[in-house]
Amino acid sequence: MDSIFIEGTPKTPNISFDSGKGALLLKGRSIPENSIEFYKPLVDWLEAYSNSPQPKTVCDIQLEYFNTSSSKCLLDLFKKMENMSKNGNEIIINWYYEEDDEDMLEAGEDYQSIINVPFKMIEMQD
Amino acid sequence: MHNATDKSVMTEEKDSAMNIYDLYHRMESNKVVLSFKGDVTSELMSSILQIIEQRMDSLNETPRLRKKVYNVLVECLQNLYHHIDEVPVASEKKGFDRSAIFMISLSNNGYSITTGNYILTSRKKSFRDRLDRINSLEPTDLKELYKEVLSSDSRSDKGGGGLGMIDIARKTGKKLNYDFTPLNDEYSFFSLNINVEDNN
Repeated sequence: MDSIFIEGTPKTPNISFDSGKGALLLKGRSIPENSIEFYKPLVDWLEAYSNSPQPKTVCDIQLEYFNTSSSKCLLDLFKKMENMSKNGNEIIINWYYEEDDEDMLEAGEDYQSIINVPFKMIEMQD
Repeated sequence: MHNATDKSVMTEEKDSAMNIYDLYHRMESNKVVLSFKGDVTSELMSSILQIIEQRMDSLNETPRLRKKVYNVLVECLQNLYHHIDEVPVASEKKGFDRSAIFMISLSNNGYSITTGNYILTSRKKSFRDRLDRINSLEPTDLKELYKEVLSSDSRSDKGGGGLGMIDIARKTGKKLNYDFTPLNDEYSFFSLNINVEDNN
């Protein structure tokens, strides 16, 4: 299946969903006014990918900012990954946060407590 | 040739010249960084965010404060943006427009963000109840409420689903300071003041 690569903008993150490598990356800022419009194709892609995923899928979330409108969409993505995990696929979610960014760490922990997939919290040094 | 009408025009002009100084002075003494009144568009929000980011950068604010201010600013502005979508056009007939007011100023320990917008009085009670509930919660309960709303299926067509105010309260660690000014049977003016401080 095709991969998705999208350049970031001041309001939307870089996206690299590589089906061949089983590597998913969201990086940058996610503060669009209409998050559903941006995330729907990604959620749909993940749904299709989950039918024949790589044995191991690694998802890197490297967001500097995200708005509350994106937060539900992120959860939608994680729920798809949770389903893949339930179906016996190996899923790892790496949640990156900048040094001293407790809010971002806490946001990752919120998802971790809702989604039954291993999250790895990774602090980035400046 | 001067007649009474010309004179009153001149006085008016002089008044507005004085008023703008008055406004300037008030903004100066309140340490206003940026203030706007009008229709909140996507482009406007981008500009405001860029200006405030640059300003915080030039003031060498800590990364922690910068992030909090930026996050809270995004939620405040997007609240205004989405709200404007919801105000019926019919309101213009009553002499109101679809505009909102926004102001960000320096405070003792950070930034103060104030917003104001029209709201249908019929929506006031449920909105007030929601804000009061958020204000009644301790940080741990606020975290639980956030997760509850996050994982619930309810959401607006723009994706928000009522997380904005909870998020602002969590990130600032403060109560939401709000007020409703009744205008008539149909409309009230909602104002919100948020203080973001570098209290670590």
